[in-house]
Amino acid sequence: MQDRTYSSYKQLEQKSKYTNMFLRWFLYFVLVIFALYFIFPLYVMVVTSLKTMEEIRQGTLLTWPSGLNFDSWLVAWGGRGYGAGDTFLKPYFWNSIKMVVPAVFFSTFIGAMAGYVLTKWRFKGDKWVFLFLLFGCFIPYQAILLPMARTLGVLGISNSVIGLVLVHTVYGIPFTTLFFRNFYVSIPSELVKAARIDGAGFFKIFFKILLPISTPIIVVTIIWQFTQIWNDFLFGSTFSFGEAAPIQVALNNMVLSSTSVKEYNVDMASAIIAGIPTLIVYVLAGKYFIRGLTSGAVKG
Amino acid sequence: MKTLKIEELSKNFGSTEVLRKINLEIDEGNFLVLLGPSGCGKSTLLNIIAGLETINEGNVHIDDYNVSKVEPKDRNIAMVFQSYALYPSMNVRENMIFGLKQAKVSKEKIEEQLEKVSKFLQVDALLERKPSQLSGGQRQRVAIGRALVREPRIFLFDEPLSNLDAKLRVEMRREIKKLHQQLKTTVVYVTHDQTEAMSLGTNIAIMNHGVIQQNDTPENIYNKPSNTFVADFIGSPSMNLIKGNLKESSNKVSFATHGSNIEIPINGYDFKEKSNLDNKEVFFGIRPEHIFFKKSNEEDFEINLRADLSEYIGHEQIMTFNFENQEVLAKFPSTVKIDLSKNTKLFFDLTQISLFDAKTEERI
Repeated sequence: MQDRTYSSYKQLEQKSKYTNMFLRWFLYFVLVIFALYFIFPLYVMVVTSLKTMEEIRQGTLLTWPSGLNFDSWLVAWGGRGYGAGDTFLKPYFWNSIKMVVPAVFFSTFIGAMAGYVLTKWRFKGDKWVFLFLLFGCFIPYQAILLPMARTLGVLGISNSVIGLVLVHTVYGIPFTTLFFRNFYVSIPSELVKAARIDGAGFFKIFFKILLPISTPIIVVTIIWQFTQIWNDFLFGSTFSFGEAAPIQVALNNMVLSSTSVKEYNVDMASAIIAGIPTLIVYVLAGKYFIRGLTSGAVKG
Repeated sequence: MKTLKIEELSKNFGSTEVLRKINLEIDEGNFLVLLGPSGCGKSTLLNIIAGLETINEGNVHIDDYNVSKVEPKDRNIAMVFQSYALYPSMNVRENMIFGLKQAKVSKEKIEEQLEKVSKFLQVDALLERKPSQLSGGQRQRVAIGRALVREPRIFLFDEPLSNLDAKLRVEMRREIKKLHQQLKTTVVYVTHDQTEAMSLGTNIAIMNHGVIQQNDTPENIYNKPSNTFVADFIGSPSMNLIKGNLKESSNKVSFATHGSNIEIPINGYDFKEKSNLDNKEVFFGIRPEHIFFKKSNEEDFEINLRADLSEYIGHEQIMTFNFENQEVLAKFPSTVKIDLSKNTKLFFDLTQISLFDAKTEERI
């Protein structure tokens, strides 16, 4: 052991104070750099969408727009009003809504049911069923494009919103089941036993007892599924074209099919419009994303 | 008529045998405790009585009616769980009447039952609260209330107190005892806590490895354990089991350890079968609380033992002595002063001993 006097402790104290201060400032510096890096593309998008083509040609990427000019947003949403060749987002936006709402609903509901059965009504071989479902999470979507196209053809729903709903529901189930299974595993099975003694059946237990306490995981699943389905381009571009296309496909067509000058402002506005619904879902659903709704209710 | 009768019941999970040839009977109004270490099959047995688990072999009768294949809700039972299992999304009122509503009982009858039970359990002020807004004790009370409103033939309790803290557990234990005294219902109660079992049960069935080791009154379980498992399981610290041999000469039986000259006379012992006792290898069982510092009655056996270890726990102290190189524990009031590493004069109360066959580990 070293002999330390009062003054040497004082020195050590000073030293550790300076080291901590330096590290703290360094941390903030790195965080600010990262934040700028992530915000930069969004800034460029928003700024560009508010500029006129004139301004874009004259200024740089970062120049502030001369005023709030929403013309390009209107063009992106509703078109210029002349006939052929005018692609705009409005009809495809509704296509996407018509696709995403039922697909999210069905995949979430089926996932909840499957998770319920896999945890609370165990049967022989349930582990295998779960394992095979998990495979679904890892299968690359490209691998199933052809068989799926054939299936949709046989069912007579290729190139339709219904076809896309089916595809997204089926490929959502592995994920939604995984979410709900992991959630229901943590709910004591005694709850189900108590309900069975009270005389509730399979569906009653699900709807009356488990579903009302599943809000956190329902919200998580909805956010996940909505984002996946809304942002999907592969299935949309493969299984639909023309009027049945979802918004991401239309966005692609719009940006690529410009005949004359590249209208960066309209492109940027379109891209933002296509991204807004997922943002809204995050903001709205995030509020209800309260964990531990069941905590305390079942344990002491 | 037996309220509950279980015949030759066996249960396996795959290749694991959980229950083996269980036979049990309960009379109306009795309080049966299933006691055993974790994994002994006691909870499985309770779930089978409730109808939540299927049976591989054997039968369950409630009121002489074979319910082996009857749905839980139709068995006229109610169950209280360790985690209370209150429905989190429903308030206390909805929790308590859920079963009655399922059974399509009339509204007036439901209200009447709810009022009666909630007053009785003093939860009538909590009816509009959610389970998450209740304390542990209140939740337990509501869980019991949910069972009570159904007026079942048999109450099943699955370790209902083990989620509570020590103080509350003692309180709730008393309440359950009072409840049983007032209502005189038939109860099957699962626990791993021997104090709970002893204080609550009119009968205790001690289980180990899926077999009932002894099914008897608390007094007999404590005083006359039927094998070494029961002797070891009940009591804290558990019964001293000293290995040695019996000697029989001219109708006098005595016990001695190998190569020892200390002979303990076995006089008033109630042998199951008084033959072939000479040279039998046995465990001599004596509880720590039956070893005294002062002579308590004429029959006491006086012995000098060396004290090796002292554990002070407030109201008493547990001393470890060396008996021919075997540990013997004794319990004394903490006021008694005993020196370590010195020989101390002790008195064994021979009216309270148990003897077990060393091979079969059964009481002889």
